[in-house]
Amino acid sequence: MWSFRVRGGVKLQYHKELSSEKAVVAMPLPRRLYLPLQQHIGAPAIPVVAVGDTVLKGQLIAKAAPGLSAPVHASSSGTVVAIEEYVAPHPSGLRQKTIIIATDGQDRWADLPTPVIDDFPLGVSPSELNSRVAGAGIVGMGGAAFPSAVKLDLKSRYQLDMLLINGAECEPYLTCDDRLMREEAAAVIDGVRILAYALEVQSVVFAIERNKPQALAAIRDAARVEPWIKVMALPTRFPMGSERHLVLACTGRETPSRKLTADIGVVVHNVATARAVARTIRSGEPLISRVVTVSGRGIREPANINVPLGTLVEDLLVFCGGLHPVPHKLIGGGPMMGAPMPSVQVPVVKGTSGVLALTADEVNDGAESPCIRCGSCVSACPCGLVPLEMAQLVRRGDLQGAHTIGLQDCVSCGSCSFICPSHIPLSHYFNFAKGQLGALDRDSRRQDRIRSLIQARNERAAREAETKKAAAAARKAAKAAAAASTAAPAATPASQLEEST
Amino acid sequence: MDSTALTHAAQAVGAIGLLGTALGVILGVAARYLSTPVDDRAEAVAALLPGSNCAQCGFAGCKQAAAAMVDGRASPNCCPPGGASTAQRVADLLGVHLTMDASDAALPTVAWVDEERCIGCTRCIRKCGSDAIVGAAKQMHTVLPEACFACGLCVAECPTQAIAMKPVAPTLATWHWPKPKPKPAAAIPLATE
Amino acid sequence: MITMATRAGPFTHTVNSISRTMLWVMAALLPATAYGLWLFGWPALMLFVITLGSALAAEAAMLKLLGQPVRSRLFDGSALLTGWLLALSLPPWAPWWIGLLGSLSAIVIGKHLFGGLGQNMFNPAMVARIVLLISFPVQLTVWVAPAPFGSDASPSFGQALAYVSDSTPLPEHMSAATSLGVLKTEHSRGVSVVKTAAQLPPPAQLAIGHESGSMGETSAGLLLAGGLLLIVLRIISWHIPVAMLGTLAALAAIFSAVDPTRFATAPIHLLSGAAVLGAFFIATDYVTSPVSRSGQLLFGAGIGALTWVIRSLGAYPEGVAFAVVLMNAMVPLIDRGFRPRVFGRSRRGKTLEANTQPKIKL
Repeated sequence: MWSFRVRGGVKLQYHKELSSEKAVVAMPLPRRLYLPLQQHIGAPAIPVVAVGDTVLKGQLIAKAAPGLSAPVHASSSGTVVAIEEYVAPHPSGLRQKTIIIATDGQDRWADLPTPVIDDFPLGVSPSELNSRVAGAGIVGMGGAAFPSAVKLDLKSRYQLDMLLINGAECEPYLTCDDRLMREEAAAVIDGVRILAYALEVQSVVFAIERNKPQALAAIRDAARVEPWIKVMALPTRFPMGSERHLVLACTGRETPSRKLTADIGVVVHNVATARAVARTIRSGEPLISRVVTVSGRGIREPANINVPLGTLVEDLLVFCGGLHPVPHKLIGGGPMMGAPMPSVQVPVVKGTSGVLALTADEVNDGAESPCIRCGSCVSACPCGLVPLEMAQLVRRGDLQGAHTIGLQDCVSCGSCSFICPSHIPLSHYFNFAKGQLGALDRDSRRQDRIRSLIQARNERAAREAETKKAAAAARKAAKAAAAASTAAPAATPASQLEEST
Repeated sequence: MDSTALTHAAQAVGAIGLLGTALGVILGVAARYLSTPVDDRAEAVAALLPGSNCAQCGFAGCKQAAAAMVDGRASPNCCPPGGASTAQRVADLLGVHLTMDASDAALPTVAWVDEERCIGCTRCIRKCGSDAIVGAAKQMHTVLPEACFACGLCVAECPTQAIAMKPVAPTLATWHWPKPKPKPAAAIPLATE
Repeated sequence: MITMATRAGPFTHTVNSISRTMLWVMAALLPATAYGLWLFGWPALMLFVITLGSALAAEAAMLKLLGQPVRSRLFDGSALLTGWLLALSLPPWAPWWIGLLGSLSAIVIGKHLFGGLGQNMFNPAMVARIVLLISFPVQLTVWVAPAPFGSDASPSFGQALAYVSDSTPLPEHMSAATSLGVLKTEHSRGVSVVKTAAQLPPPAQLAIGHESGSMGETSAGLLLAGGLLLIVLRIISWHIPVAMLGTLAALAAIFSAVDPTRFATAPIHLLSGAAVLGAFFIATDYVTSPVSRSGQLLFGAGIGALTWVIRSLGAYPEGVAFAVVLMNAMVPLIDRGFRPRVFGRSRRGKTLEANTQPKIKL
């Protein structure tokens, strides 16, 4: 299958064989579920339950906030024991508002919306589908966690003509999407057709990397039911799963800088998102579980597990035989773009595609040497930037200079850091610089607001001083008038009264 | 020296002298008519500063600090309440190179009223340049953090030392990766559970 | 325990490293070096050892002086490679102090005074060669005919020590000029290049390299093999060698067709002197070449053009060293002007227009 050429990228050691042949298994229900209010991009959800409430499986426990947000549902039945600040699965180790549920082990379902069981064309309207997807709390399951209903809504603002399903799974170790495509191909295709129907697009491309031949075969087989789903095999190269590069490889269209893929008519959804949409529409169930790959040479038994959302990583690791040997790094997501976990006591959330226990050999860290200007990073960058020059500017403190030569177009894929023979943390420099520029931006807007407050206050003080002066002048004038009238022969009691006030 | 050598010498001196004079005149005219008016820059810089005359920079007021920055007597980052963004903007305006090294930047602070100590005298309210403190006579005072720019005047004003400057902790929304250290350090332990 | 991460990803890394790269480059140089050492006997071997040894010693001393980690940086291969390339470009029977001074110039002046690894602007080996050429023109232009190990002309160990320690001058009957040297002197005497070229070894023999010159100027064939190995291993890319040799060959072909009595033909230019060595091993030095592919093409073309100009129209018979150093000075400008195109933007840096995208055909 022929695809368009994408420049740059790196060839990785994938180690997928550690878990690719392990079928998805269920795990025992954990004793407690920790559900953060923000498992998505946007505003945190607002709790609708209180401490002490009994909740059922699939029940709404936090509704979507106004604007960009998504609701949260209980992953099992039990009692709400706390709504408090709990450590987030985020490299900062900061806390966020989390609803903690003690499960009762009975797994009783709440009342669910009526499933849509008819065949295509569906009996419900696209807007009805949108609201169901929104109500189920479905977000991008590839890791980005963008609310899917908002993505479906793009059709009202952009001219869309294609749905692209991202089955690339280009990160090493992760096999959750691979297993999903192999084991539930029919359900995935059903979800794809529902999404295409909701977006009202005619063409669908299902992109899978060549290193997943069984998944390609399974999806090709399942897609026969719908002739306009085209399955494309893509070269195995990181970061093929990056949205912009995937669109370029499959369609030849290049997303303009700072714009969405919707600007060129394409919407991209992850395979697991499509599967979740199918589950919601066909059975009414909200998003309360996901497949997670637990892998790396630091875990005894790597596996792909269907995890109830809110399960602690600790429970997951115990289920997989525990950490052995003690890993050098515990990562959430993939090794290229994932982040270290602050502790094992953090929950699995909607965007957690993998938990990796990596040994020092696998991480292959080394002491940093000076940059030898080999240019490997320039060849590896899929965005056409010059990482060595940007990193040098950031190191010197010239963030604005780095911004001028393209820092904002960096997608933080990490290809440059991977390929650097001097072990320079290039991608880390760019993450720092982007964050710092964002913070400066926020700060400058805050300063603008404060400056207007100060100006308003100065004006008010000036006005008050003016009023005071005017009143004092008026009193003085009245005094003078009174004194003038007393100089005249008839001094009436009235004028004396006036004088005394 | 003979006459031809003298003529040559005179010609050389004359030519260089003429050239020098001509260039000097051109430079003088340019300095007069093409120079950047300094007043504009001082005003532009003053417009970027908070404008509350809190004197944390050591100058009497924001206008004086702006004049000093234009002259080069003060560095663009001499205004603590302005923060890093103000320093960057002033530096950009004046064409001064400023090293934005976040590793030695202090955490931003805001004022905080200790409710145990506040006596409701309203002295801080009247002093605050951005009206960031709300309260009334004999009522509890409190600081609105989004309006406070940490000039510190209220701290000095309070008769019971009820106001302190507290650092603003990062939240999930505002946290970002720190600058990479030259030698990879071990992860920083935050708390023991 | 909750920890805040101080190090962001990625948490996997390629096996490639600086020392691995340097080792492969040295491996690629090995065949030609071994041939050259065999060709010129004991004195060449001694000079080689002295040059490399003093390069390492100078590196160790400078690292210590500058307070940098000696153990890890000394053996990353960069100083050794610089010394090796310098040794390949010196006359094989030069005295020991040429090798020593050359290494000192390369490591101290050419590398560390600019800031150390990764900071030098000019290729250190070429800096050293130019310093030596200008300071000691006699010693740097005395060439010997090949005297392979085992042949009658090859000096014994003792004799070699005498030559290298500069106690005995080189025997007259051993001296021979390089091909380029002959071309230059004959041309200055007014003899047609065509005539001179007929007296030189044929291209096939030039490729094998049984001729006088420095060790790096002899076997173009073995050097080409080493260079191709590096390209296959992706240690260097084809852009600089192809641009340099291509431009050199093109200029030589055009001008020798126009005026064959003044200008030598392309095969002679490509196969004699340090053209092949320069194209694959010297011009491709990471630190002093541009980082983008298009910039590398311009860089290579510039070196090829300058080499041809200096050889044909200049006073020196060989121009690679000067050409490389001159183009090194242009590299910061080339890097500024020749950046790759950013994804989603035009060549000028403007955001692409969304409506000018091609319609997909499925």
